[in-house]
Amino acid sequence: MFRYTKLTAFRELLVWLVTLIGLLPLYILVVTSLKTDQEALTTSAIAPPTTVDFGAFVEVLTTTGRNSIPMSIVNSVIITAGAIFGLVLLGSIAAYVIARRTRTWSTLTYYLVLIAIILPAQLGTVPLYIGARTVGLTGNALGMILLWIGILLPLSVFLYASFFRGMTTEYEEAAVIDGATPTQTFFRVVLPLMSPATGTVAILAGLIVWNDFFNSLIFLGGSETQTLPVAMYTYVGGLVSAWNKIFAVVIISMIPILLFYMFAQKRFIQGFAGGLKG
Amino acid sequence: MTVTMQESTRSITVPPDARNTPPPRRRGRKPLITFGHWWWALPAIALVIGVHYVATLTGGFFAFTNWTGLGDWDFVGLDNFVRIFQDPLLLGAVWNTLFLAFASVILTNVFGLLYALAINRMLKTRYLLRTLLFMPVVLSPLAVAYVWKFIFQFNGPLNGLLGFLGLEELQKVWLADPTWSIWAILITVVWQQTGFTMVIYLAGLASVPVEVEEAAALDGAGIWGRFWHVTVPAIRPSIAIATTLGIIQGLRIFDQILALTAGGPAGATETLATEVYKQAFSLGQFGFGSALALVLTVIILAFAILQQYVTRDRSLGKD
Repeated sequence: MFRYTKLTAFRELLVWLVTLIGLLPLYILVVTSLKTDQEALTTSAIAPPTTVDFGAFVEVLTTTGRNSIPMSIVNSVIITAGAIFGLVLLGSIAAYVIARRTRTWSTLTYYLVLIAIILPAQLGTVPLYIGARTVGLTGNALGMILLWIGILLPLSVFLYASFFRGMTTEYEEAAVIDGATPTQTFFRVVLPLMSPATGTVAILAGLIVWNDFFNSLIFLGGSETQTLPVAMYTYVGGLVSAWNKIFAVVIISMIPILLFYMFAQKRFIQGFAGGLKG
Repeated sequence: MTVTMQESTRSITVPPDARNTPPPRRRGRKPLITFGHWWWALPAIALVIGVHYVATLTGGFFAFTNWTGLGDWDFVGLDNFVRIFQDPLLLGAVWNTLFLAFASVILTNVFGLLYALAINRMLKTRYLLRTLLFMPVVLSPLAVAYVWKFIFQFNGPLNGLLGFLGLEELQKVWLADPTWSIWAILITVVWQQTGFTMVIYLAGLASVPVEVEEAAALDGAGIWGRFWHVTVPAIRPSIAIATTLGIIQGLRIFDQILALTAGGPAGATETLATEVYKQAFSLGQFGFGSALALVLTVIILAFAILQQYVTRDRSLGKD
């Protein structure tokens, strides 16, 4: 009944045309970033550069001072990695005891976590900022990491708990019979088995933290420690229509995410569709 | 490859299920072994209570004060809310918030569904197309907004295209235009988010058996008949998820506005999210900013609860 006909081939061609037009902004982004200052202002946006010029990238990557892009990349990497580490460690051990134990307190804790997923974060921002400022956790990476662990823990616990529910307890029972302590059982038996859930947690949390602008703007505002989106915002604010440089910054901010996306696009798509928090 | 699609269907379905079903119970029976130490949950519980519950409740309390972050404050009752609903600029921000949320949901769902339908059956390159169209979703909204800022410039590609087509009278300074600037923000958001709804619909469409469609076609159903009577009923759960998630996301749009217009011109693109930031963090009006955040929170919470209800209905219907 449904066969690949000439009509299907035409449809395929049409879809490709629509897709390529839809992705035209990304093409404009790349060609403009490779133009010289002069060319970026005078040539058509869709015209390729006459000579490929990496001057904009060199200039962006050699900036110094508070909005130094290389420094902000280091900060973003530290904060993202720290947040993922904390979310994996604290989220998995908490979800493990919550999912495996059958007491009333573990059920109550689970509902506490679920309600926190639904609760919008906006209202808590002002008190969190004041609290963090009081104890000296604004303007530094440690405060940002702790904030992210707190914000995303419900998601992490939820994803791990769903995973542990679907996992048989036989491996753990075997380990205990062989004389392992609860700690050994978790770190030597359970930890290696939970890597699919860890992948989802790391992808979702990594994307949210790496791309975040709002929280970094508030909690790191005016300090020496800036994440990439905030440094990009300030840097671009100081450039008037130097679009080749603006786009060089934009591309630099996209490269790490796109590299990960190419390696694991199926997991990205599934993870995103499955665990998105409002 | 179909298996992949099935898996992503499942990953959408499981959460609502898990919400309803408490952990497998073995009441009255002690488990044969103990799993971990109970105190392993303590750091997580403390952080969740602190960052989510205590902070939100404190914010809710601030909303009824005139605190400025320094010194004394007074309990002012509903004054902050009266101020919000009497200020035309802030009322405009409420409308802009709702406009962006609903318009972006309608457009991303229409485009996402059309695209999913177009690539769903038989296209040889559909996985490559899916990967390409989903790509903008993973990018930083701020970075994407800068690309569109260039496109909307007065001497940028959009006006260039209009000039090329001989439509010079339509050329304008898009981002400084009180009427059109919010549409520019909307286009930026829709361009980035369409890939997300497409993926949800592709997962839903994978659950429509090809045999049913073939049977309907044999019985003489046209393309519209098949769409309304076979496809739409089957993907109704996907529609519910894509629209409710989209509204919750749409109500929180912030990065794109700050990058494209910073709320201008003359407040034409302010939303509750940008006003919370400006009042609380630029002007130091912590009490008033919290009141705005409370209004936004109530709106988001209403849709979040609706989402829970809609997705729960779905899992019950499936059993």
